[in-house]
Amino acid sequence: MAMSSGALFLAVFLACVVEAVEALTIVLAAGTSRDWRSAITGVVAGVAVLAVIVAGLGPALTAVPLEGLRLVVGGLLLIFGLQWLRKAILRASGLKALHDEDAIFRTELASARAAAAGGRGLVADWYSFTLSFKGVVLEGLEVAFIALTFGANQQNIPLAAAAALAAVLVVTIAGVAVRAPLARVPENTMKFVVGIMLTSFGIFWGAEGAGAVWPGADAALLAVVPVVALFALALVAVLRRSADMRATRTHLAGS
Amino acid sequence: MMSRLLAFLQFWYDFVVGDDWRIAVGVVAALALTYGLGGAGVPSWWLLPVAVGILLPLSLWRVARGSRGDGTAGSNTR
Repeated sequence: MAMSSGALFLAVFLACVVEAVEALTIVLAAGTSRDWRSAITGVVAGVAVLAVIVAGLGPALTAVPLEGLRLVVGGLLLIFGLQWLRKAILRASGLKALHDEDAIFRTELASARAAAAGGRGLVADWYSFTLSFKGVVLEGLEVAFIALTFGANQQNIPLAAAAALAAVLVVTIAGVAVRAPLARVPENTMKFVVGIMLTSFGIFWGAEGAGAVWPGADAALLAVVPVVALFALALVAVLRRSADMRATRTHLAGS
Repeated sequence: MMSRLLAFLQFWYDFVVGDDWRIAVGVVAALALTYGLGGAGVPSWWLLPVAVGILLPLSLWRVARGSRGDGTAGSNTR
């Protein structure tokens, strides 16, 4: 189904861009404050670990019967999606600080400068290496999971992998060109969209995997995605209004 | 060794469950209900959307109730 393939590409691409931007901020902090060679070695090691996980899990997932896969993966995607959406709604309504790459970069930079120097084995600066390695693995693990599960459910892992690779390429090129955190990337909006996609597909696949039959079969997704999006936007509006009312009451009580 | 194992389990708990365990529990319960209803021959496609319509606002409401709008709700990841 073209809509599902387009949604698969969009969800994986956006999720991957968001996580790659966050990993880039960490690698930049490690490289600029300490040692670029160790930081890049950390990136390569992190990517290798992710590649092993994807290579191991990918074929295993495609071997699982589709119904069982959709039940487990649909449930996990729904839990993931609701967590993404929850945070995105809290950020959009002002109840949680917006994700700020510049601020995160400054914090990482200060920590990196304060850390003790020293190498191990072939790595000249162990701190830069581990900071980059952890950044890449931790940010990449979630994307690898999203790409694999979306791809396996759609029986199109190559398309998911292409979306993930395209996102990494775009962020890498932008990072090399700018040589600064990509603070202008609308991360918070992108996380909102990813949360909507993961929640919608989690609902759809989870229900199918549990034996439910959707009215209209795959076409039901055309209703599920906009309904989830409208519901999330309505929740943002309600939370913003209640926050405004609370602020007005506090202001009146103080004056 | 024990602390490493605990850290490993904590990592996977944070990775899968996240900030609000009630969402994960609610989703698993809704999936089980969907399975049960489907097995009994009752249409069950509506159950997960309804569960999301209850779980998400409840989780947000808990944060909003505990927050004073200082932007400190929850962790800053994901």
